[in-house]
Amino acid sequence: MKINKVAVFGVFTALALIFSYIELLIPFEFGIPGAKLGLANLVIILVLYKTDWKEALLLSVVRIILSGFIFGSLSGILYSLSGGLISLAVMALLKRTDKFSVIGVSMAGGVSHNMGQLFVAMLAVNTYAVSYYLPVLIIAGLITGTLIGIAAREILKRTTALMLR
Amino acid sequence: MRKNDWILAGCILLAAAALMVFCLQRSRQGGTVVVSVNGEIYGSYSLSDDRTVQINNSNRLIIENKTAKMEWADCPDQVCVRHREISRDGESIICLPNQVVVTVQSEESPELDGIAQ
Repeated sequence: MKINKVAVFGVFTALALIFSYIELLIPFEFGIPGAKLGLANLVIILVLYKTDWKEALLLSVVRIILSGFIFGSLSGILYSLSGGLISLAVMALLKRTDKFSVIGVSMAGGVSHNMGQLFVAMLAVNTYAVSYYLPVLIIAGLITGTLIGIAAREILKRTTALMLR
Repeated sequence: MRKNDWILAGCILLAAAALMVFCLQRSRQGGTVVVSVNGEIYGSYSLSDDRTVQINNSNRLIIENKTAKMEWADCPDQVCVRHREISRDGESIICLPNQVVVTVQSEESPELDGIAQ
């Protein structure tokens, strides 16, 4: 990493952490327990579009581990990591196909995030009883993913001059 | 938003709906009926065994085809008798005058707790 890249990466890490914190202070729940808006994912998407998937991956992992140690617990880190890594993989692949706009990419990211977390929860408690919750979480992921995607589109539209590559 | 985005959203919604239907159908299976009178458990019966349950000479519950139905009650309002049959986890028939509550519960108790924040 070049020095200016390191600085920019630090700024984005701080931004993602702050978003995690804001979400902790103001929980955006939609009457669904456990559903979150995933504000930090906004930063991940911006980095994914502005640089490449490798930096988005690094940022995602750093963000999850840091916010896990600061605000959460070890099991929380594992759940977040499973959701975050799967959603980033799906988003990076969809972006590469170039067939979807940022909203579609974010949608798929939100849905796959929730699905990944539920699968890990199923492994952890060793029961399929939680699978009843899957349709609800898919819809929740679709809604939050769309909202984050719209925000990301507006930000990308206004920051075309910002080149990080 | 591109056309592909809408297609993706549609597919996701469809998948969720299909899963929902699948889960609802699966939740029909098995389960027990718990009858309580005045807050105390009167008895629990499996939904898969057809039988008639006489509850304190005030209500009569019929379990048939994996559903439970209140067949007769001595109360004046007859709300519980008109209630449709119950079979899914969490559904209940309540006879307020006689303080009879009939609830369907799944055989395995949920094991989820608040680990994930």
